[in-house]
Amino acid sequence: MTETKLIHAISPPRIKPSIALIFVAILAVILIKFQWLALPWANDYPGTWVIPLGDSLSVKIKWLVNEADLGLFTFKEFTRAIGSLLNVPVLFLRGLLVTGFTVEGAHDALLHIPPLSWLGITIGIVLLAASLGDRRLTVFVVISFLYVAFVGLWESTMLTLASIIVAVLIGIITGLLLGIAAFKWVVMDRVLMPAFDFMQTMPVFAYLVPVLMLFGYGPAAAMVVTLIYAMPPMARVTRISLAQVSGETVEFGRIAGSSARQLMWKVMLPSIRPRLMVGVNQVIMLTLNMVIIASLIGAGGLGFDVWQALKALRIGQGAEAGIAITLVAVVLDRISQQFAARRPVHRNTAPSFSKKYALLTIIVAIVIGTTIIGHWVPVISRVPDSWTFSTGKFWDNIIDWININLYDYIDGFRRFFFIYLLKPSKSFMLSLPWLGTVLFISAVGYHLGRLRLAILCTVLISFIAIVGLWEKAMISAYLVGVCVFLASIVGIPIGVISAGNERIHNIVQVIIDTLQTLPSFVYLIPVIMLFGVGEFSAMVAVVMYAIVPAIRYTDHGIRQVAPHLIEAARAMGCTRMQILRRVQLPLALPDIMLGVNQTLMMGLSMLIITALVGTRDLGQETLIALSKVDPGRGVTAGICVAFIAIVAGRLINAWVQKHKSELGLDAAH
Amino acid sequence: MLKIIRKILIRTIIWGLAFGVTGMTVAKADVPESKDPVKIVMMGYSGDNIIMFIYGELIKKLGYNVEYTPADYIGQFTGVGAGDLHIASPGWDTTAKAVLDEAFSSGNVLNMGNIGIAVNEDWWYPLYVKDYCPGLPDWKALLEPDCVNALSVVETEPKARFLSGPLEWGGTDPERIAALDLDFEVINAGSDGALSADLVAAIKRKQPIIAWSWEPYWIPALYPGEFVKWPEYDDACYDDPSWGVNSSMTHDCGRPNGHMWKAAWAGGEKIWPKAYDVWRKFTLDAKTAGELVFQSDVEGMDTKAVAQKWIADNESTWKSWLE
Repeated sequence: MTETKLIHAISPPRIKPSIALIFVAILAVILIKFQWLALPWANDYPGTWVIPLGDSLSVKIKWLVNEADLGLFTFKEFTRAIGSLLNVPVLFLRGLLVTGFTVEGAHDALLHIPPLSWLGITIGIVLLAASLGDRRLTVFVVISFLYVAFVGLWESTMLTLASIIVAVLIGIITGLLLGIAAFKWVVMDRVLMPAFDFMQTMPVFAYLVPVLMLFGYGPAAAMVVTLIYAMPPMARVTRISLAQVSGETVEFGRIAGSSARQLMWKVMLPSIRPRLMVGVNQVIMLTLNMVIIASLIGAGGLGFDVWQALKALRIGQGAEAGIAITLVAVVLDRISQQFAARRPVHRNTAPSFSKKYALLTIIVAIVIGTTIIGHWVPVISRVPDSWTFSTGKFWDNIIDWININLYDYIDGFRRFFFIYLLKPSKSFMLSLPWLGTVLFISAVGYHLGRLRLAILCTVLISFIAIVGLWEKAMISAYLVGVCVFLASIVGIPIGVISAGNERIHNIVQVIIDTLQTLPSFVYLIPVIMLFGVGEFSAMVAVVMYAIVPAIRYTDHGIRQVAPHLIEAARAMGCTRMQILRRVQLPLALPDIMLGVNQTLMMGLSMLIITALVGTRDLGQETLIALSKVDPGRGVTAGICVAFIAIVAGRLINAWVQKHKSELGLDAAH
Repeated sequence: MLKIIRKILIRTIIWGLAFGVTGMTVAKADVPESKDPVKIVMMGYSGDNIIMFIYGELIKKLGYNVEYTPADYIGQFTGVGAGDLHIASPGWDTTAKAVLDEAFSSGNVLNMGNIGIAVNEDWWYPLYVKDYCPGLPDWKALLEPDCVNALSVVETEPKARFLSGPLEWGGTDPERIAALDLDFEVINAGSDGALSADLVAAIKRKQPIIAWSWEPYWIPALYPGEFVKWPEYDDACYDDPSWGVNSSMTHDCGRPNGHMWKAAWAGGEKIWPKAYDVWRKFTLDAKTAGELVFQSDVEGMDTKAVAQKWIADNESTWKSWLE
């Protein structure tokens, strides 16, 4: 309270030159728009000035894939070799969990070793969960595995698990190594950080064709696509956490005589273990986000079940498979978190092998034992079809009932949003002159982060106009902008309420965890059934997905506010509302804004989904490129999306930094 | 104590494995040219799946190993071109012409002829739309203001909405709408899933709608409806403005029929010549295809079961393919 007041007293109420610049830019926008400045080329980017980057990129990509020679072997042979290497662990796990192995014996006999039995795997995982000592987790694991077994999704789930486990492990390891590299060498940091921005914001369809050509249709390509998207958070978290290891810890390590390697692996990394788990969590969640796309290029499994069911509008069946994906994500995440939470036990004598691995031995014995017995008792090895049930029809009926009985209300709702929000904001965005927009964004950049940020904004935003994608980019920007706005005005209050009430908090957590891991395709189709093809449906789907960080960060930010400040405010006689408005919200604002930033990133990553609904934006551009086998065109559109994300992200971060230093929060963090 | 238990456990496992393994020996199949599995694309549509299952189960009869691989319609051609997949799900030249041309001209994908089903893709409506637009299926009914009004939605007001497929399917509807002076606006669904979701939901609440559809496909099989009848297609209609109702514009007619093209990886010809031969001979007529789709989508039979039933009932048809 006192802090904020002080700041208001200190900062003089005069307009800074950088703010004046923003007003000049707005003036320029108006002048250009209404042709008071006769610069027609500044309004609509002239078609003759467009540099067809897509064409030359396509030629380059095709050259890379078909001809590029590295001396001893071609580039394609190189990537194919990596691909077959990646395939090995996945195919092995598949054999273990789903297909079994066929070995050729003598005399033309084929030896078939069956996959591990469902009963054995279930008991094994449950024992593992139980050994971690969390009863709720154990119950959850039991329910999850019985669910997938009895809705008849066992094989698909195991298929998905086989590729997920490998992808997550590789993602964690490479993320960790790249994070360390970025921490150690400034050059790596400079190269990797923008690369990660690209990897996380480029729509998958933009680079799908080149990846398929290079790595071959199959689990390897699916894994590459997944890793591109899911690995960067691990590296980022590692990099940031390492930078924040306290000097004392490092000092202590040095005094103890550690070598550089020991310092990293035995001192620094263990000390940031809890923070690294945030990265692990993100890798798992994002990997499962890619399950549908991955399934279409050879990973199969639950993703394909979702896709196939929803294409035939069997909503319930799709939802069942979607829920299985969510359960897999949560089980993997919670078990890994529990593992990490266990403190290493230090003993004087090394425990004997049998003691150390007693549990493991028992689990392996059960899994193998049941598999063998399963040969004579098939019920143990495979869930019989007659035992399985489906709730699919039930969900289908619910959607049908809503569709038939509530459509008038839904239509009214849609009409309202379309006429008063979507249509005006779309025509506003499309009417903006490109040059004026570039000037305006650059001026904002200058105000928040000085010259470097301003130059970055100018270059990246101009690029979009230069490659001739201005209009599509504006539609993307409008759509994502509206969604971020809605997600924020709905999500932030929910976050505030959930921060203040434990019970609501728990309910909200379950809902947002589900929203984050449920493949968006699962709710996309019902949304289209109820709201029709169009930008409104796209909006609903994007908001549902992108609202998660808005809630999470707000909740987190408000909980972070130091209790003594609230105590002080209360002592001064503030009401609850006053505490919220004058203390908690201002202090949590940096966190909330980071949440908004994440909402924006998620909104942009959903452009691919909105394109599937049928919006005419950058996402659609990548889809068209895919069907015209024009990889350069897709990559160009992808770069534009990444540029929008980078500019928006940098601007918000600069704003947060500025705001933090004004609040004097820098020292506290 | 622990040691003894462990010993017993290990012994049981070893013995069990040995037992299990010998018990699980199966006779090795007599494979014609190669034991490598033929990878057949499964796109996830009932009609296409049935065709692929029929082919796959037939070559299994010859002793080939078959692997059904899920893949996406457009993405599959990249996989087939590289030899990661072998037999593509049939490509429709009405919507995937660019991809097909690119694939066939690359030399990596063989054109194995068309399947023999003339595919029909055009404006389709559920029967009750006739109440709003009397005179259908004749296209002139769409000129009536009442009809336009009934078909309009908030996004297209005051025009009527025509719900089309993805832009990249390359429909020529804007041209046709202009040429025939229809008061319609094209709204493109971004994917087949979005298109069918909107269309089926509208049918269920009996909302008037005209949308892009095709045959053989599950929606026209499941819901009673008709295709709009345009002036008969003629090559001149697309090239010569003076042809047809509108003497100054092209596209004042219906669409040409298309075909479903069989495609396969070129490198496989040498590995499984007989299987490739069967794929070349493979044909199906539109009526049969319609019945098969009906069995799966209306009667709810599993697509593989539909395929197996057809194989069991039609030995006379496929016998010559295998010879």
